[in-house]
Amino acid sequence: MAEPVLSIRNLCKSFGALKATEDVSIDLYPGEIHALIGPNGAGKSTLIHQIAGTLKADSGEIVFLGDRLNDLSVAERARRGLGRSFQVSSLATEFSALRNVMLAVQSVQGSSFRFFRPVTSDASLTEPARAALARVGLEDRANVPAAELSHGERRQLEIAIALALGSKAFLLDEPMAGMGPEGSKALTGFLSELRRQAPILLIEHDMDAVFALADRISVLVYGRVIATGTVDEIRTNPEVRRAYLGDE
Amino acid sequence: MMSRETIVNIGLALILLAIPFIAMQVGSPFYVTLATRMAILALAAVGLNLVLGLGGLVSFGHAAFFGVGGYAAGILASHAFSMQPLDLGFASVAGTNSMLAIWLVAMLAAGLLALFIGAISLRTSGVYFIMITLAFAQMTYYFAISWPAYGGEDGLSIFVRNQFPGINTMVPLSFFLLCYGVLMSVLVLFALIARSRFGTALQAARQNDVRVASVGIAPFRIRLAAFVISGMITALAGALYADLNRFVSPSMLSWHMSGEFIVLIILGGVARLFGPVAGAMMFVMVEYLLGGMTDRWQFFLGLALLAVVLFARGGLIGFLAGKARHG
Amino acid sequence: MSSALLIEQLLNGLQLGVMLFLMAAGLTLIFGVMGLINLAHGSLYMVGAFACAWVAAQTGSFWIGLVASLAAAAAMGAIVEIAIIRRLYKRDHLDQVLATFALILIFSEGTRWVFGSVPLYLNVPSQLAGFVTLPGGSRYQLYRLAIIGVGVAVALGLYLLISRTRLGMRIRAGESDREMIGALGVDIRTLYTIVFALGAALAGFAGAMVGALQSVQVGMGEPVLILAFVVIVIGGIGSIKGALVGAILVGLIDTMGRFLMPQVFSIFMGTSQAATAGAAVASMLIYLVMAVILAVRPQGLFAGAK
Repeated sequence: MAEPVLSIRNLCKSFGALKATEDVSIDLYPGEIHALIGPNGAGKSTLIHQIAGTLKADSGEIVFLGDRLNDLSVAERARRGLGRSFQVSSLATEFSALRNVMLAVQSVQGSSFRFFRPVTSDASLTEPARAALARVGLEDRANVPAAELSHGERRQLEIAIALALGSKAFLLDEPMAGMGPEGSKALTGFLSELRRQAPILLIEHDMDAVFALADRISVLVYGRVIATGTVDEIRTNPEVRRAYLGDE
Repeated sequence: MMSRETIVNIGLALILLAIPFIAMQVGSPFYVTLATRMAILALAAVGLNLVLGLGGLVSFGHAAFFGVGGYAAGILASHAFSMQPLDLGFASVAGTNSMLAIWLVAMLAAGLLALFIGAISLRTSGVYFIMITLAFAQMTYYFAISWPAYGGEDGLSIFVRNQFPGINTMVPLSFFLLCYGVLMSVLVLFALIARSRFGTALQAARQNDVRVASVGIAPFRIRLAAFVISGMITALAGALYADLNRFVSPSMLSWHMSGEFIVLIILGGVARLFGPVAGAMMFVMVEYLLGGMTDRWQFFLGLALLAVVLFARGGLIGFLAGKARHG
Repeated sequence: MSSALLIEQLLNGLQLGVMLFLMAAGLTLIFGVMGLINLAHGSLYMVGAFACAWVAAQTGSFWIGLVASLAAAAAMGAIVEIAIIRRLYKRDHLDQVLATFALILIFSEGTRWVFGSVPLYLNVPSQLAGFVTLPGGSRYQLYRLAIIGVGVAVALGLYLLISRTRLGMRIRAGESDREMIGALGVDIRTLYTIVFALGAALAGFAGAMVGALQSVQVGMGEPVLILAFVVIVIGGIGSIKGALVGAILVGLIDTMGRFLMPQVFSIFMGTSQAATAGAAVASMLIYLVMAVILAVRPQGLFAGAK
């Protein structure tokens, strides 16, 4: 088997007495969608925060493309190719969709310490940004401020930003949340394609989407991974059924 | 097509330029000084507007940079006047009365100070940032008071206004034009920065700094650079202000000064290119008119300011040109 | 340097610290509960001092003046809260800074209007006018010792108020969860007014007590306000314990710095040079200490509760 792109080893994180992440190990291999499921409060978002760097892990290792990430800043991890979408959309709301993506393009191109050239007439920024918007189907909404985009459009914009970053792995935190059935279907098709560009660690509540997309699934309950396996293995795993689906 | 804001901006620039010429025509040269004051305070506030408006960082300590600029002018001029070199411990430097040299020193000194203050205060945010910038500015204030070499509490006079090549700076109108020219140049710089990659990152960090970090841009470094540039611009204004009054004192470093800069921006319009200009014109005008009517003008200024904050957000530019638009 | 002088300076530092605590406690409480940064807190300190000095002059009694200072500052706090401050809780910090900055202008100029520009004087009450002999032989003002005692008593009272009483419980609830406290059926508007008036009363009380040591004049609250900011930045915003530790620390460092720095510098240079250099460095000392603490702990010493 190929080397994992992202490897989480024995990660632990506590908030006081609450163990939010307990000895979690997950590998993400090239070309796969690895879904992370679990009931509310299982610690899925806390885990994503630790991988992206917005929270610091207490112990354990996060290894990405062979490098240990634990002590790097959010910005540094992003520069190394970790693309992230947020559970609650996190955008520069006054900027247009295009300018939100351009910010990612400018980061990829290197320095933000350029003081004079206007960004709006800089084709090296606008062209890749428009291309990323087009890939998620937002090209018609390029000049609309992010604050005025619909909920679903903001999720698409988040993915366009991750695309523009040329990320080498995607961390997607509930990309389907709040989307109508049409939007979910379109996004499912899109994510299925996206995995060829870079593997995806997907947190999702929409089980239809998870079962349709995931190559492998890890089940997180009370901060612990109770099972990892293919869709069929997880469906039939008695421990998962008991803990997650409430079967007795 | 020109936007409404651009038209308002051009209008303001022309009005400010016209004031001293009209004043000379009607034989009230005092208004030339008033217009110069407007231009210099506007310049100081343009500096602050970079961090406060674009960056969303409420610095309550910009008087520190204003004062450092002022003292750079005062100290260098006093050494030029007394012909005593300035002893820095490791080197000794001759004083100067060349504005260009003074501006350079003022901006370098303020840049270093801003680097120090920013490196510490930008690790925090919100109320912490406000209080820490205020505290550090106060530190420079107390230092200026307790250091007797340059006048301490009494301040320092500049006997002859410093020189600029090709201009007789002692002629009020010439000095006004010089200040006006500097203001307009810095406004052009501000407009460029606002639209540049750097400005984009700075404004994005105001709106959502987690987003900026998660595309791989460290907000701290962007903000620190903005803070340093901002301090340098305000220091330039400080040097001009010292030359305008031919006097510099710790009051330039006081927290009332910092508060006044914020007030100028709010009156004019936060993050608007000409917000500080509109604000400074209004403020100096109101100060002059109210001051002519009553000794208690600060009382009414307080009431007016309270009314603006509570009921009229958006400032003059917001009133004249509508809401800001971003590309 | 004699040990008696050292003890005297230590007590002076403690006295400054205790006064700073009264200011900082109110500021930090108001920030913790309402999320408001109040620049006009120094004006309430001034209101207390003026009320005490004026009433003491009219009645001849410092003690009636002291009660008046509490009443005046609390009443002024409540009025300002109801008229203006409560409109600012939902606004951003920039609006809060500006509005309370405007209040300073109004308070300062208003006070000058009413009382004129000449400072008022407030005498130390006759019961506390004497000196006590310290171990080591030097004499120390009884009044300053009394201030330290009162400050410690107020700190203790504040602790009991917040940890033991119903009001304190509501304040703590307000600090941790604003939605929750509404759900509990507590009248938030009244609670906020009470907290603001309490903070104002503490500031006014401090102003009145210090008024007997200095002249009572417009602007007297501003240097204290900024020191109180340094205190809560060091202690951690929202933490009463942090305010106490920070206040004592700042009081001691500032006083001892002014006392010791010139002596430290005289090791390297001549006495008169050392006096100026020492004074200049001493004037910056607490800010440098603040810088160091922030470099290590950006959220202050006792942050974490918030």
